[in-house]
Amino acid sequence: MEHIRLPKVENVRLLDKVSPGRSRVGILYLTATHSIFVESDTGLRSETWVLHSLVCSVEKQTTTSSGCPLLVRCKNFQVLLFSIPREPDCHDVYLSLQRLSHPDAKTTVLYCFSYKPNIVEEERRQDWAFMDLKANYSRMGLPNSLWKLSSINQHYKVSSSYPADLFVPESATPPVVVGSSKFRSRGRFPALSYYSKENHAAICRSSQPLSGFSARCMEDEQMLEAILRSNPRSDFMYVVDTRPKLNAIANRAAGKGYEIEDNYSNIKFQFMGIENIHVMRNSQQKVLELCELRSPSMSDFLEGLESSGWLKHIKAILDAGIFISKAIAEEGVSVLVHCSDGWDRTAQVCSVACVLLDQFYRTLKGLMVLIEKDWVSFGHKFSHRCDHLAGDPKEVSPIIDQFLECVWQLMEQFPCAFEFNERFLITIHSHIYSCQFGNFIGNSQRERRELRVGERTHSLWRYLWTNCADFINPLYRPDHSQTQGLLRPSTAPYCFKFWKGLYNRFDRGMHPRQSVEDYLRAIQEETQQLEEQLASHKQVQLLLVIILQIVSHEDKKLFSGSVRGFLIFINRRSASWRRNRVGVFPGRLPPLKRALMCGLWVATLLGSTLLRTTSEVSSAAAARAHPKLQTTARSSSLRTPNKQPTPSAPMAATRSPASQT
Amino acid sequence: MEFAELIKTPRVDGVVLHRPFMPTVEGTLCLTGHHLILSSRQDSAEELWLLHANIDSIEKRFVGSLGRIVVKCKDLRIIQLDIPGMEECLNIASSVEALSTLDSVSLMYPFFYRPMFEVIEDGWNSFLPQDAFKDLESITDEWRLSEVNKDFSVCSSYPPLVAVPKHIDDDTLKKVATFRHGGRFPVLSYYHKKNGMVMMRAGQPLTGTNGRRCKEDEKLINATLRAGKRGYIIDTRTINVAQQAKARGGGFESEGNYPQWRRIHKAIERSNILQESLIKLVEACNDQSHSMDRWLSKLEASNWQTHIKEILTTACLAAQCIDRSGASVLVHGTEGTDSTLQVTSLAQIILDPTCRTIKGFQGLVEREWLQAGHPFQQRCAQSAYSNSKPRQEAPVFLHFLDCVWQTLRQFPCSFEFNEAFLVLLFEHAYASQFGTFLGNSAAERLSLAEKTVSLWSWVNRPQELERLTNPLYEANSLVIWPSVAPQSLLLWEGVFLRWNRSSRCLDEAYDEMVHIIEYNKELQNKVNSLRRQLHEDQVEFCF
Repeated sequence: MEHIRLPKVENVRLLDKVSPGRSRVGILYLTATHSIFVESDTGLRSETWVLHSLVCSVEKQTTTSSGCPLLVRCKNFQVLLFSIPREPDCHDVYLSLQRLSHPDAKTTVLYCFSYKPNIVEEERRQDWAFMDLKANYSRMGLPNSLWKLSSINQHYKVSSSYPADLFVPESATPPVVVGSSKFRSRGRFPALSYYSKENHAAICRSSQPLSGFSARCMEDEQMLEAILRSNPRSDFMYVVDTRPKLNAIANRAAGKGYEIEDNYSNIKFQFMGIENIHVMRNSQQKVLELCELRSPSMSDFLEGLESSGWLKHIKAILDAGIFISKAIAEEGVSVLVHCSDGWDRTAQVCSVACVLLDQFYRTLKGLMVLIEKDWVSFGHKFSHRCDHLAGDPKEVSPIIDQFLECVWQLMEQFPCAFEFNERFLITIHSHIYSCQFGNFIGNSQRERRELRVGERTHSLWRYLWTNCADFINPLYRPDHSQTQGLLRPSTAPYCFKFWKGLYNRFDRGMHPRQSVEDYLRAIQEETQQLEEQLASHKQVQLLLVIILQIVSHEDKKLFSGSVRGFLIFINRRSASWRRNRVGVFPGRLPPLKRALMCGLWVATLLGSTLLRTTSEVSSAAAARAHPKLQTTARSSSLRTPNKQPTPSAPMAATRSPASQT
Repeated sequence: MEFAELIKTPRVDGVVLHRPFMPTVEGTLCLTGHHLILSSRQDSAEELWLLHANIDSIEKRFVGSLGRIVVKCKDLRIIQLDIPGMEECLNIASSVEALSTLDSVSLMYPFFYRPMFEVIEDGWNSFLPQDAFKDLESITDEWRLSEVNKDFSVCSSYPPLVAVPKHIDDDTLKKVATFRHGGRFPVLSYYHKKNGMVMMRAGQPLTGTNGRRCKEDEKLINATLRAGKRGYIIDTRTINVAQQAKARGGGFESEGNYPQWRRIHKAIERSNILQESLIKLVEACNDQSHSMDRWLSKLEASNWQTHIKEILTTACLAAQCIDRSGASVLVHGTEGTDSTLQVTSLAQIILDPTCRTIKGFQGLVEREWLQAGHPFQQRCAQSAYSNSKPRQEAPVFLHFLDCVWQTLRQFPCSFEFNEAFLVLLFEHAYASQFGTFLGNSAAERLSLAEKTVSLWSWVNRPQELERLTNPLYEANSLVIWPSVAPQSLLLWEGVFLRWNRSSRCLDEAYDEMVHIIEYNKELQNKVNSLRRQLHEDQVEFCF
């Protein structure tokens, strides 16, 4: 709170990048967690909330006659340009935001430690239990006779950035593991990432070996031997170094490097040529500059995209993932993947390979598990890479962004193969940076344990799962041929698209004005309700036939011979039965009458359904007759299960022209 | 018969056909006057029937005694035929080359084609100007249908009937025609029902270097303005190009002579540059060995997307003038048969929901392209692979279709037709069994109605319409403003990558979408019929 030098500024203008005429005037509030811009001159009272932890940079631009411009860039690629009337106010906001968005190295000031949604403690704790990596490993069929759960890193002694629970080959003894870890950067010894039940091939990951020019390590060689032996059908394994060869050679001079093929039995060594975090950071920076251009020409855009190199890097990562997935699924050969420290490129490549290999990782739950497994638990340094705290800018890099983009590129090629939609990826992306949830705090499992994240914060995974209706891809069908087995994407350059859904997320004019996905989702909801109606209609119909055959002539008079009369009759009857607590029918009744009574009971339950559905169907039919009403009909007249209509309403047809004329 | 002379070897056995994303077929190759046919003579195997007119270029290579012909088609497909025997191969190649470059229109396949389907509605009569005008007449009496061009003497590229302001008589029109390029005097292109504003199109005014003026021309276009209102003239050329045109007798409307009009220049390229752009783009798409950098730089260098952006921007501008500024618009370039038509037809897609229906779009193509005198025969004589020097070829119509596709992508629920319809029009504009796209103008097309079948006759049958209908369509009566930001404009994969990447997964997604919608409809019907039945039961048990 002490960082807020000025809690409220009036007459602030929020400038529109595309059409300056559409700027808005309002009040800017600074709170402990958010900047809030409240538009004052409209009756609508529109608000723009920006989380401090999402602010990437604040820039004060030269004062003009109309005010002092303040440019706020966010990690979710929102860019806001405020104009503040008085320069001193602007400076105060600038200083405040800078401090608030990049807190000093004290992790506990992060938003997740103060974020308190209305959830009881018991539930909060259960939410963390929702993500269960052990269940994921047992889904793969582990442990088994080939792979065992090792407790060697239980206290993070062998490798401080590794998780406590790791799978290693059955034949790898503790001395071998420890020995191997001493021969690897940061102690990150080869451990299992993915295991294929079908053919026993496995993806293992590690950091680079400390081989230098000639060093070798018996235990490390034994470790690889053990991995090879854990795949009984294969007589060799791949060792994939995801770096460009030159980088790997340069590392040898520093006593690190890569496996010397002669020292290891039956390995095939392969470089992948994925660039390092610095190259990736600069590349994304260029993409962001491109997105900030005001009305660029087509040539500006394509040239900028080319010179950023971004899609080239995405392609390199996907190509590496494809290589590994094919080795596993088609050759049945195990792969050891590493880069330098084994927490950036290695995480990317292993997780991309998993998405390609296993349809589980293409489900909502699966992708969460995958990120938890290959990124969170294996110590991707979220805190450094995502710039959660004021730290070394050279440590920041969009490594996880690239993984999410690889998944998106795959979704574009295989529209039916993924259970989730683009919104899911973007929401995950946002929360990786927002610090609202505890999942991505710190740089390793050990740090999160020390911070007691599980006790003090909330879990994103459970939150996403609760809201999964927003994230379902309507085209996904688990039994679709496209959904099964290994994905074989094309990586011809023209298959890669610019992900405007992420990078131009807030430039609403650029996106399709009608969403096919939302349309299909509305249709599917309606279909589900129709199915329910149909089922209950059929039951009622059947029941009526039975009952009307049994009921005597006199009884018919009681409900005046019509279905509706009959329903009203049994409704009344059942009320009296309920009053008398006739839960079980008296055994004294003759069997025929008893059967009838049973029928009546069921009909009582269904009767109300029938009365309700008939009126609903007619209202739905009425809505269909007036196409203009359809949007509202879909979301209101039919019961929409606990879901608010999203602000970007599906059929909201035409907004404003984005034509830059 | 002339064809027989050209066919040296009518039949070769043991030919192997390679096609993209299809298994190779071995069979018999036959040449007929209009087709290259390959059949394996097995019932199950698919046959290849390729119109000679669809062949853009052929290349022959020899591997020992095996000849190989690479056939590059105007629809951008590339197929390969392995022909045993050198002589057969040479004969086939030279025959195909000759048959695919026949100059005489009357030898074209549409004159020989007999429909194998029942014509429900004769497409030649579906879009008559007088019918379209009746619709306009019911709203306004400010316009009349003039017969001044009934014998094509005033303007050879105009149809016999054109809509002009009511108070402008035919004599005035004749005088205006002498002042406009190709005699293309300003005519009505579109009437915006919402506010009564209009869009007209014409050829460039022939002001020349000495600033010639024509009072009648000024009178004509001023007649479309409301009192005290200004209009916009959209010149599709840059001011420099328009200036240069003066030296060749062309020019533009000067402020002095047209004080009620504001002139805006845009930069839509001339046709020869567009053809070059197409060739470069297709070349870039076909080279699978490109690195990412090379692909992006070739895509950029082709300038195809730049042209798309420029055309769409200009169309948006025209639509904005009409709908937002409430002003009338006159559009012209040089001849008024290319970029002008791109702009006027796209503006109508944006403004008029009728143009987004299947029938409405056909009407638009008929009105703004065929009747308006876009020289299809010249523009579509060659496509991206041709080795001969381009004469007047240009993918003007393809550009238009691409822009429609971009808009369709952005408003996927507002069009009654789907991408397949646009691809179909592209194919038939370049090679077809139908007469619709033959010739360069209404005058040249006069006799076609008796001698050929219209594409619309074939399209407007239930089984075809079903294939071309967008399942997501819900009538949208609003104006739709497409985004022209570079991020929003994509490469039209359905045409340019169609033969380079498998579309299986995307097709499956489309089918899945159709399935979801169909299933919903089916359930709705079931629920309704059950409800009726329950109602009947109720009646039955009444006594």
